[in-house]
Amino acid sequence: MAKITYIEHTGKEHVIDAPNGQTVMEAAVKHAVPGIDADCGGACACATCHVYVDPEWLAQTGEAGSMEQSMLDFANDVEDNSRLSCQIKVSEALDGLVVRLPKSQH
Amino acid sequence: MGEIKRVIIIGAGQAGGETAQRLRQAGFDGDITLIGEEPCPPYQRPPLSKAYLAGKISMDRLLLRPASVYAEERIAFLQGVKAVWIDRAGKKVRVEGGRELPYDALVLATGARPRKLPLVGADLDGVHLFRTAADVDTIRPRFVSGAKLIVIGAGYIGLEVAAVARQTGLDVTVIETAVRPLARVTSPEVAGFFLDEHTRQGVRFLLGGQPAVIKGKAHVTGVGLADGGELPADLVIAGIGVTPETTLAQHSGLTVDNGVVTDATCRTSDPSIFAIGDCATRPMAHFDQRLCRLESVHSAVEGAKIVAATIMGQTHAVEAPWFWSDQYDLKLQIAGLFQGYDHVVFRGVMADRSFAAFYYKGEKLIAVDAVNRPGEYLGAKMLIQTGRTLAQDVITDEARTMKELVASAR
Repeated sequence: MAKITYIEHTGKEHVIDAPNGQTVMEAAVKHAVPGIDADCGGACACATCHVYVDPEWLAQTGEAGSMEQSMLDFANDVEDNSRLSCQIKVSEALDGLVVRLPKSQH
Repeated sequence: MGEIKRVIIIGAGQAGGETAQRLRQAGFDGDITLIGEEPCPPYQRPPLSKAYLAGKISMDRLLLRPASVYAEERIAFLQGVKAVWIDRAGKKVRVEGGRELPYDALVLATGARPRKLPLVGADLDGVHLFRTAADVDTIRPRFVSGAKLIVIGAGYIGLEVAAVARQTGLDVTVIETAVRPLARVTSPEVAGFFLDEHTRQGVRFLLGGQPAVIKGKAHVTGVGLADGGELPADLVIAGIGVTPETTLAQHSGLTVDNGVVTDATCRTSDPSIFAIGDCATRPMAHFDQRLCRLESVHSAVEGAKIVAATIMGQTHAVEAPWFWSDQYDLKLQIAGLFQGYDHVVFRGVMADRSFAAFYYKGEKLIAVDAVNRPGEYLGAKMLIQTGRTLAQDVITDEARTMKELVASAR
């Protein structure tokens, strides 16, 4: 279990207890966090679960894989700390993780 | 249409489930009733023929939302309930047992039903359709290493099942009546690539094959062919397409033509009734308003977004259609609609198991099939969505990145 804070573009925060093994995307979608669409359900096919990982957490979340990076190339407003949240697996090591959501996923 | 205080959604698949959720997210405060025949909350179907069949993920991960969310968000979810009649004049839906529920707006998200094999023996034990989690739950105990599996139909479902079967160690034969796999959904070139890949993985193909009878006493033992041959089987899985579930719509007099016909806002011939997902036919914004019925997650989700926006008096900008299929380590990502193409050009080579096929109609890029090429997929999708194109000799220039190319497109 990890406590994850999702911060909407408007500043609104959602704190969610995410079970290990789920992805950061799944935990958000299952709790209806607005701003993560994840239309494909986590198949790395739609690039609509874009998040900005809080810089303090970049080491723990690791780097985007090559497929993910290619998808991110075409997402809006990509930054160095951009990730697709469907590719980040929840574990104890991510307890306290903070991610921010972009203005739009499309 | 008047003020909308009560929305009823018939069908609790991905389209129906997403509609309920999107309505609440958009701030709809009225009553939402979601009616579904299956004995579980809305779930994702794509993993059924992939990770769920492989036993890698459990049912709770398939669910769109945890079961508890529906009550929390005041969505009356009628699980395992069948809607049997729509009273359009009185704006009521009758469910099995006779209860009648009033609506201001009704959303038909009734999906599609898999075609049954039109063969003697199709009801034998061990012969399966492939549509629901319950179907897969029945198949899984028999889906074991060494079992002889015959897949009938070489569309995406059939090939995804074949891929998981080989990875699980089953003996797999695919029978397809057409002369090539994926005939309805891709070009001969890309179909040939997948045929080669499956063959290399040990799948046998009987193309142009004509199954004539399913053999067996109580349990299936084989498939008899029109030419007199017979193939042994412990398990037969049919993936021969679906029929849109339009019974309710037809009985209530809505316009139906290969799906419930709607306008771009998913409204049917009755302005108080919407239809979305596999059961509905809608004009395609990026394809000259051509009426299409798309069987895809994107279509289901897009329909939900359109209906939620329309009910809330908003508009929704639609995306170009997209699809995907996972087979072995190949991720196929598709954008656009390839039907009617006159040229196909390739970026990358098939032998590298990483390439994109771009489909053109005249100068215009209309679709992409990208295999392990997510950038090409998203880039092409963006072009199709914004009505831009790239010359065929430019899009295939691997010296330039897809991102650069897309930025240069007009």
